[in-house]
Amino acid sequence: MKKSVFLGTVAAATLLAGAGFAQEGSTLAQVKERGELNCGVNTGLVGFAAPDANGNWTGFDVAYCRALAAAVLGDPSKVKFVPTTGQTRFTALSSGEVDVLARNSTWTYSRDTDLKLDFVGVNYYDGQGFMVRRDLGVTSAKELEGATICIQTGTTTELNLADYFRANNMTYTPVNIDSNAEGEQQYMAGACDAYTTDASGLAATRAAFADPENHIILPEIISKEPLGPAVRHGDNNWGDIARWTLNALIAAEEYGVTSRNIEELVRSSTNPEVQRLLGTTDELGAMIGLDAEWARRAILANGNYGEIFAANIGEQTPIGLARGLNAQWTQGGLLYTPPFR
Amino acid sequence: MTDVSASASPPFRLSMLINDRRYRSLTFQVIVFILVMLGLWWLIDNTLRNLALMGKSFDFGFLFQRAGYDIPQTPIPYTSDDTHLRASVVGLLNTLIVSVLGCIAATVLGILVGVARLSRNWLFARLMTVYVEIFRNMPLLLWILIIYAIFTEILPPPNAYRGENATMSMILFDNVALTNRYTAIPTLGMTNDPGSLDLGARITFNWATIAFVVALVGGWMLRRMIRDHAQRVQDRTGDRPVTWWKSLAVMVLPSLFLIWYFGLHLEPPSLQGFNFTGGLNVSNGLVALWLALTLYTAAFIAEIVRAGILAVSRGQSEAAFALGLRPNRTMSLVILPQALRVIVPPLISQYLNLTKNSSLAIAVGYMDLRGTLGGTTLNQTGRELEAIVLMMLTYLAVSLIISAGMNVFNASVKLKER
Repeated sequence: MKKSVFLGTVAAATLLAGAGFAQEGSTLAQVKERGELNCGVNTGLVGFAAPDANGNWTGFDVAYCRALAAAVLGDPSKVKFVPTTGQTRFTALSSGEVDVLARNSTWTYSRDTDLKLDFVGVNYYDGQGFMVRRDLGVTSAKELEGATICIQTGTTTELNLADYFRANNMTYTPVNIDSNAEGEQQYMAGACDAYTTDASGLAATRAAFADPENHIILPEIISKEPLGPAVRHGDNNWGDIARWTLNALIAAEEYGVTSRNIEELVRSSTNPEVQRLLGTTDELGAMIGLDAEWARRAILANGNYGEIFAANIGEQTPIGLARGLNAQWTQGGLLYTPPFR
Repeated sequence: MTDVSASASPPFRLSMLINDRRYRSLTFQVIVFILVMLGLWWLIDNTLRNLALMGKSFDFGFLFQRAGYDIPQTPIPYTSDDTHLRASVVGLLNTLIVSVLGCIAATVLGILVGVARLSRNWLFARLMTVYVEIFRNMPLLLWILIIYAIFTEILPPPNAYRGENATMSMILFDNVALTNRYTAIPTLGMTNDPGSLDLGARITFNWATIAFVVALVGGWMLRRMIRDHAQRVQDRTGDRPVTWWKSLAVMVLPSLFLIWYFGLHLEPPSLQGFNFTGGLNVSNGLVALWLALTLYTAAFIAEIVRAGILAVSRGQSEAAFALGLRPNRTMSLVILPQALRVIVPPLISQYLNLTKNSSLAIAVGYMDLRGTLGGTTLNQTGRELEAIVLMMLTYLAVSLIISAGMNVFNASVKLKER
C-alpha cells in the first residue's frame, strides 16, 4: 500500500517535471522576463559580427540584434551575444539557447521547412565566391582544377562547392575547417590554394589581412545566398516582431528616416507611412504585442538599414562592399519592404 | 538434529520487506530499479514531447538521401551524389584507419619507452620519464593542435617544389614530398594487374592484395609448423635443427614471387597543377592526429609496461641469470611472458581510449565518423538526435568489438591453471 502511494507520487512528480521541462510560453514573454535578448552571431567575422578591442560586439548582424532588443526591451544594450559556428548555430536556435539567429545564414528551402526554422527576411543578398593569392595567376574559378580549397563545414557553401565542381567536371580537395578564423589561418599559411565562402565574408576576411592587395576575389559568384535572421518555427508572434523590425530598418531608409532626423520627423512628418512607422498615428505596435514607439527605438539604436550598412561594411569601411543588390528597390536594388499599414 | 526451518518460518507480512534481512536487499534493488527506469522514461518522454513541440519526428530516412558534400579522404569510392549512409561509412572507415594505425604505433612506442624507463643508463631512463610526464599530463587536443600547427606553419606549400629553382626538393630518392597540406608518398603500381574482386556497393579488392594476404598468412603458419617440428625434434633428440633459413624462406619467397609476377613498383607523386598527383596524398590532418594519438597513448602504455615488468619478482630474473640466460633472452623468455598477464587488461582500455579519442579529428579537419555523420550530415539534415544516437551506438559497437578481440588475446596469455 505504502509502496503504491510512493510510486504514484513519483510518477506524478515525473509527469509534472516532464511537462515543466518542455518549452512553454512565447519567446516574447521569455525575453521580456529575462530582460535580455539572446542573439546568435558569428564567432568573429569583422564587419558582420566581431568583438572590438574593448570586447563590445559590433557589426552588421550585431546592429540588427541591438535594434531588435531596442524594439522589444527598450534598450539596445540588453543583448547577450552567443557566438555560434556553422555547425552549432541551428541547434543553438532550435534548443532555445538563442532567441534569434543573425549569423550570415542562407535562407534555403530545407532549412525553412525540414530544420523547422523561420527566416524573417533577407538582410544581405549574397553569393558564394573564391579568394586566391594574386601571385597564383588564377583569374577564374574555372581554372581551379585540382586545387585544395578551404571550406567552412556545415554551410551551404560546402554543398555549392561540391555541386559547382561536379557540374564543371573538375576535381578539388576540400579542407574542412570549423570557423572563419581557422580558414584564414590555413589560407594564409598556404595550406589551401583558395578560400571559399560568401563574397561578403571574403571581403570582410580580406580586409583583416595585413596585405589585402595581394589577394583577389574571383569574378565567379557560384550561388545565390540570401542571408537573413532566423527564428524558431512555430512562434509566429515572435517571428512577426523579428520580421517587422528588419522591415522597419529597411523602410526607414526608403522614407529617409535616419537616427539624426527621427526626433524631428516624429514631430513634423506629414507622410502618413512615416507617421505609422514611427507610431505617431495608428497603433501598429499593439498588433505585435509591443508599444507604439517600437520602430522608433529600433531605428534610433544604430540608424536605418543604410546607416548600418555604411557604418559596418560599406565603401567607407575597410571591407568596402558596394550596395549592389542590397540597394533599395528605388535605387535598382532588391530591398523592398511591404507597406506599413 | 531435527529439521525446524519449515515449521519455524512465520507467515509473510508486508513489513518484512523492510525489516527482514532476507528480503531487505531485494526490496531495495527493486526500488532502485524502478527509480532508474522512471528516470529513463522521463528522459525519453521529455525528449519526445519536445520533439513533438518543435514538429520534428524521429526517423532515420535522412540516411538514404543524397549527401551532397565531398570528403577529402575516401577509403571506398564516394562522391557527393552518394547517400548520407555511405558518407557515414566512409567516416567510420577513416576512424578505424587512424585508430588501427594509432594502436599499432602506440603499442610499439609504449613498450620501447616502458622498457627504456627501467634502463640502467641514468640519462636515457630520465629522458623517457620526461617524455611520459609531458605527454601524459597535457590534454590530447592541445597536442593534436600543436602538431597540426607545426605541419601547417613550418612545411612549405606544394608550390615550393615547382620549377627550375625550386626551394624544396623531394626526399627519399625523389619519392616523398612533405608539404603543409599533406605528405605525398608513392603508390604501388602493377604492370600485370590481375583485376579486382567486386563485393558490390562499389567496394572492390584487388586480387593482388588478396594474394599477398594469403602469402603472408600462409607463410606465417608454415613458419609455426617448422618451429613446432624443431621443438619436437629437440624434445626427442636434444638437438635443435637449424631453422632460420627455412623460416625466412617461407616468409619472404612467396611475397618476392608475387612482387615479380605482378610487376610491383613504386609510382612516385609528381607536381601537376596546384597539387601533387599520381601518388597518395596523406593529409596532415591524419598524420597530426595519428602522431598525437600515438605519442599521448604511448605515454600511458609505457607506464603499464613498466608496471608489468616490475610486477615480475626479481627472483625470476636472478633464476634466469643463474641458468646462464643473457639479459635479452631473460627479458623475452622469462620476464615479458609473465609481465603480459599484468599488461594486457589495462592495455585494452588504452586501445578503447585511443579509438574514442580519435573523435577529436574534427579539430584538424580529418573527416572521421564525428566529422561526417556527427558533423556535416547532422548539420545539413538537422537530425541532431538521430545522428548522435547512431554515432553513440557505432562507437559502442566498435569498442565492444575491440574489447572482445583483446579478451581473446588476454585469455591466451593469462596464467594457465592446470
